[in-house]
Amino acid sequence: MKYLFLSLLSSLVISISVAQTATAPDANAVEERTATISKTLRCVVCQNQSIHDSNAPLASDMRTLVEKRVIAGDSDDEVRAYLRERYGDFVLMSPPFQINTLLLWLGPALFVAAFAIWFARRVRTNHKIAAENEASRGLSEDERSRLTAALADLTDINKGNDT
Amino acid sequence: MATPEKKRDWSALAPIMAFAGLAFLLAVGLTRDPRLLPSEMIDREMPSFDLPALRAGDARVSNADLEGQISLVNVFGSWCAACIVEHSKLVELSFRNDIQMVGLNWRDNNSAALRWLAQYGDPYDLIAIDTNSDLAIELGVTGAPETFLIGPNGQIRYKQIGPLTDQAWSENIEPIVNAIKAEAN
Repeated sequence: MKYLFLSLLSSLVISISVAQTATAPDANAVEERTATISKTLRCVVCQNQSIHDSNAPLASDMRTLVEKRVIAGDSDDEVRAYLRERYGDFVLMSPPFQINTLLLWLGPALFVAAFAIWFARRVRTNHKIAAENEASRGLSEDERSRLTAALADLTDINKGNDT
Repeated sequence: MATPEKKRDWSALAPIMAFAGLAFLLAVGLTRDPRLLPSEMIDREMPSFDLPALRAGDARVSNADLEGQISLVNVFGSWCAACIVEHSKLVELSFRNDIQMVGLNWRDNNSAALRWLAQYGDPYDLIAIDTNSDLAIELGVTGAPETFLIGPNGQIRYKQIGPLTDQAWSENIEPIVNAIKAEAN
């Protein structure tokens, strides 16, 4: 009898704790996900704040809506899509990658590529000019023979002076 | 005396050209008002709604009330200063019997809204209250006033952001009203 009572009591305790762990983190998870999603959605009244940061009444209603969708089991993307369908791309804090935002996303890369091409060409022409300079720095065959002759004359003259 | 053909080097102009291009793009960007959000809702179905009425004794307002009529759904609030600007136009339109005037009292206090309507006149055939932005968010409303033109089949035909001025009415909305009537015939 005592054992029965104890086992009943323990099962009661376990079921209560299970019930608590089943609901408590769930509410936290909803709150956390609501906050995460809200941070990626623009407050359409204040424009440069997310609905998470904004105190505007509409932003607060939108947060409530996000929470409702999360509880209803929508994925983060589904919640965003829901509001995007009604407010357009503008409601997303981070612009989506699509035709009219191509330049926005690829612009910086284009700049870097253009600079790299310009730089590579510049380096190549510089090399070419340097090579040409190098080539022109030496003496031609004709100049070389004249120089040897002149030097030979000079030594002859010097010898003559000695004697 | 023929001067030797000299190849012109335009590369020195590149930075100036780049600057001019950028300046042009930025100038175009400045002329666009980011507050005028694109209306995603045009030509879509009116979202389904079923909201309590503002006036005591009125029945709830829902999609069924819009069926078979051309309706102007006007989002307003007693807190909304710009709503006063368009109010006389709404009162004027309320005398037409081919358009049903539907008010969506948004995020307001009932008694304040009723007092406001008593003061400025009540142009609405039906008034629904949307305390928690349920329908407002479904409609992609960003601020009051906003006015939606709904066709008899429940399709959203036009969205006016900001006050419904004489000009907005005659240039943008009235032609659509006439087009809807022409479609019906």
